[in-house]
Amino acid sequence: MTLRLVRREKASTRMAVLAPLLALLAAMVLNLLLFLAMGKDPAAVFHAMLLEPFSSWAGFSEVLLKMGPLLLIAQGLAIGFRAKVFNIGAEGQFILGAIFASAIPVYFPQATGAWIWPAMLVLGALGGALWAVVPAFWRVRLNANEILVTLMMSLIAIQVLNYLLLGPWKDPMGFNFPQSVMFQYDAMIPILLPGTRVNVSLLIALFSALLAWAYMQRSFGGYQFLVGGLAPKAATYAGFSEARAIWLSLLIGGFAAGLAGAAEVAGPIGQLQRSISTGYGYAAIIVAYLGGLHPVGIVASSLFMAALYIGGDNAMVSADLPVAAVRVFQGTLLVCYLAAVTFVRFRLDFGASVEGGRV
Amino acid sequence: MSAPLLSLRGMTKGYGPVKANQAIDLDVAPNSIHAILGENGAGKSTLMKLIYGVEAPDAGEVFWNGAPVHLHSPGEARRLGIGMVFQHFSLFETLTVVENISLIVAGTKATLAARIRELGRDFGLEVDPFAEVHALSVGERQRVEIIRCLMTEPKLLILDEPTSVLPPQAVGLLFETLRRLRDRGVSILFISHKLDEIQAICDRATILRAGRVTGNVDPREHDAHDLARMMIGRDMPPPLHPDPVEPGEVRLELSGLDHAPDDPFGVALQGVSLSLRAGEVLGIAGISGNGQSELSRLISGEVRLSEARRDDVRMLGQGVGHLGPGARRALGFAFVPEERLGRGAVPEMTLSDNSLLTAHGQGMLRRGFIDRVREAEFTAACIRDFDVRTPGPEAEAGALSGGNLQKFIMGREISLRPKVLFVAQPTWGVDVGAAAAIRQRLVAMRNEGVAVLVISEELEELFEVCDRIQVMHKGHLSASLDARTTRAEEIGRLMIGADGVAA
Ligand SMILES: Nc1ncnc2c1ncn2[C@@H]1O[C@H](COP(=O)(O)OP(=O)(O)OP(=O)(O)O)[C@@H](O)[C@H]1O
Ligand SMILES: [Mg+2]
Repeated sequence: MTLRLVRREKASTRMAVLAPLLALLAAMVLNLLLFLAMGKDPAAVFHAMLLEPFSSWAGFSEVLLKMGPLLLIAQGLAIGFRAKVFNIGAEGQFILGAIFASAIPVYFPQATGAWIWPAMLVLGALGGALWAVVPAFWRVRLNANEILVTLMMSLIAIQVLNYLLLGPWKDPMGFNFPQSVMFQYDAMIPILLPGTRVNVSLLIALFSALLAWAYMQRSFGGYQFLVGGLAPKAATYAGFSEARAIWLSLLIGGFAAGLAGAAEVAGPIGQLQRSISTGYGYAAIIVAYLGGLHPVGIVASSLFMAALYIGGDNAMVSADLPVAAVRVFQGTLLVCYLAAVTFVRFRLDFGASVEGGRV
Repeated sequence: MSAPLLSLRGMTKGYGPVKANQAIDLDVAPNSIHAILGENGAGKSTLMKLIYGVEAPDAGEVFWNGAPVHLHSPGEARRLGIGMVFQHFSLFETLTVVENISLIVAGTKATLAARIRELGRDFGLEVDPFAEVHALSVGERQRVEIIRCLMTEPKLLILDEPTSVLPPQAVGLLFETLRRLRDRGVSILFISHKLDEIQAICDRATILRAGRVTGNVDPREHDAHDLARMMIGRDMPPPLHPDPVEPGEVRLELSGLDHAPDDPFGVALQGVSLSLRAGEVLGIAGISGNGQSELSRLISGEVRLSEARRDDVRMLGQGVGHLGPGARRALGFAFVPEERLGRGAVPEMTLSDNSLLTAHGQGMLRRGFIDRVREAEFTAACIRDFDVRTPGPEAEAGALSGGNLQKFIMGREISLRPKVLFVAQPTWGVDVGAAAAIRQRLVAMRNEGVAVLVISEELEELFEVCDRIQVMHKGHLSASLDARTTRAEEIGRLMIGADGVAA
C-alpha cells in the first residue's frame, strides 16, 4: 500500500475550515511531548494557557485588549499576502505608528480637546504607511525583495525609537528611564467596556475586518489582488498593474499596523516606551495565515492568538513555563497549519483505490 | 492480432458529477501507432492520465504484456516503460531545459545537453539546452517535452496532442521519428484533432464520445469525413475560403518596430511592419519561437514601450505603444493568448471569475463592486454560444478539458465586441467541429467590419480564414502576401528563411 497526495478536483471548503483546528490539535500534541520532556505538568500548562484566559471576565477582557492590534495588523497583511506581496515588517510599521501618534502629546502635553486621540490615530496610521513607502518604492523601481527590505526597515524603526527615547523625547522628570512623558487624558482612547482596559480601538479593528471583507470578497480591487497572487501572467494579460498591487498591499499593511501602534500608545500603555510591541507585527503574520487569509477567519484566529498570549503569561506564572515556550507553541502552530492547508487542495490516497483490483 | 502490449478493461473515472471515462476497454498492440479520437471533453486526456498513473481510476483493470498491474504514480509507469507528453506542459519554468530533463533522465548535464542537441538535430526538434523554460514559446516547450520523453526510451509512448503547436515541417519529422520508433518496437498512443495526421501514421483508432468507446477502426480505411462524423456524430462543415470584403480604415499599424526583449533568450524584433484594416483578416505564419510571442506582447500591451515610441504601435488611429493592456482594451482591442492556463485564464478561479478578467467592462461592476449576477449571466452566455462543455459557470477553469477552455477564452474575447481582435493559435487543441465553428466566427467578425489578426502555425487554417498572410522568421516579418494567390510552398520557404528575408 502506498500513500500519496492527490490533487483534489476542487479546493475543499470543509478542509479549509478544519485545517486550523487540526493544526491546533497537532500543535497541542507536539507541545505536550515538549512539556513532558521539560518535566512540567501538561494538564496544568494547557489549563493555564487555553482555559484560564476564558474563565474570568478580567482575563477575557485582557484577551480582547490584545486581540485589537493583532486583528488590525493581520487584516492589513492578509490583503498583501493574497497578492503574494510579503510584508513582514509590520513590527516596524507598528513602531512608527506609535512614534507618530506620540508626537502630539510629546510636543503639546498641555493640549486638551476631543480631537487629540483621533488625530493621533490618523497620524500613526500615516506613519506606518510612510514606513512602507520605502520597501514599496524599492520593489517597484529596483525590484528589491520586499521581504528583506520590510524586515530591515523594522530594525531601523527600533533604532529610531531608541534614539527618541534616549534623546529628544525622554521624559525630563522620568528618572532617566527611556520613556516619554505620560500622555494627558485627552490623548487616551476612550474605554469601551467599563472596568476593563478595552477601548474603542477594538471597534475600529472589528470595523476594519468588515472593510477587508467587503474589499477582498466583493470588490474588483480585491479581485485584482487575487489574480495577481494566483497567476501573475494572467494579471499582466488583463492589464492589472503589478506596481499598483505592490504599492497598495504595502501601504494598506503599513497603514493598519501604524494604526495599531498608535492605538497601543494611546490605549493601554499611555506613553511611548521601548516595550510598546510584544512582537505583534510578527504574531500577526501567523494570525493572518491561521485565519486562512480570509477576513472572517482572521477574526477568529486573532481572538485565539490573543488568548494564547494571555494564556502564555498565565502559564509562566502558574505552571512555571519559560517565556520561550509560548513562542515555541506559536511557531509549532504555524508549521502545523501550513502542513494542514495542503489538504485543502490535496487529499491522501491510500494506493489501493482500484475496486476489485489485485495488488 | 498479436497479444496486446497494454490492455485496459472497464476503466472508469468521474470528477464529481462529470463522468470523464465510463467502462473503457482498450488494446494497444505491439509495434502500433494507435490513435485516440474524440471531441473536446470526450475523455481522451483523462484516459491517458489513468494509464500514466497521474490519476487513479474509480474502477477498472490494467494489463501490461498480459499481466495485471497497478499504476499509482508516473514513476511506476516510467519503470514499466511508459512515457507521456502532456497536453498541458509539466516543465518547471525557472529551470533550464537540461535541468528539467535531468529531473527524469540520469546523466551529467554535459552528456544530457549533447543528447538533447543530437535528438533535436535528428528529429527536427531543435532547442537550446541551456535556455530557461519560461523564455521558451509554447511550441518550443512542446519540443522539450517530446525530447525528454524520448530520452527515457519508453516502450509505450503517449502523446497528448503533440502536433497542435508544431509547424508542418516539424510534424513531418516527428512522424518519421514515430515510425522509426514503431519499427524499433515502441507502441505509440497518439491523440490529435487533425484527422489527416491520424490517417498518415496510425494503424488503429479508438473513438471516444462522452467518456465511452464508440468505435474501433483502421483509420486508413476511412476518409477524414467518416472519422469526423464518428467523432462528432454529425457532418463536418465544408472549408470556408470566404470572399473578400472591401476593407475599411487602418485599425492596427506597426511601422518598422524594433524591440530587444529584456529576456536574454527572447527573440529581438527587427523592423516589423504590418497594417491591418477593418474588415480583413491578417495571418502571421511562422514556426513558433521566431518572435511571435514577443510581437504579441507588444501588440497586447503586456510589454510597453517608452512614451517617446508610442507611435511604433498605432491602434485605432492612436499611438498606443506606451499604454498597458487595460487602456488598449478600452479602445476596443481584444486578445486571446497562446497560453490558456495561467495567462488567458486563472486555473484556480471559476469560469465566472475568469470572465471578470477581461470582460469587467461589460456592466459587471457597480461602483467598484462585482455584480455576481451579471458575471454569471455573461459566463453562461459564453458557455452556451461557444458550446463549452462544462457543468456551468461555477466550474474551475483548471478543470476544463484543453479544447473547452480554449473555446471559453475565445468566446469571452469575442463577446467583448472588439474593433480589433487578436488571436494567437485560435484552434489549438480544439476538435474539428469546434475548430470549424471558431473559424466561421472569425470570418463572421471580419464581415461585420472587425479587424482580425491571427497568429497560427497551421498553414491550412491561415489559408482558410485570412485575406493576407505575413511570415515571421527570426524576428523579421515578411511583406504581405495575398492568401488567395500565394502557394503554401512559398510560405513554407519563408518560414524556414530560405528566401533570405532574415538578413
Ligand atoms: N481535474 C478535473 N476536475 C473536474 N473535471 C475534469 C477534470 N479533468 C477533466 N475533467 C472533465 O472530464 C471531461 C474529460 O476531460 P478530458 O480532459 O479527458 O477531455 P479531452 O478528451 O482530453 O478533451 P480535449 O480534446 O479538449 O483535450 C471534461 O468534461 C472535463 O471537464
Ligand atoms: Mg485533452
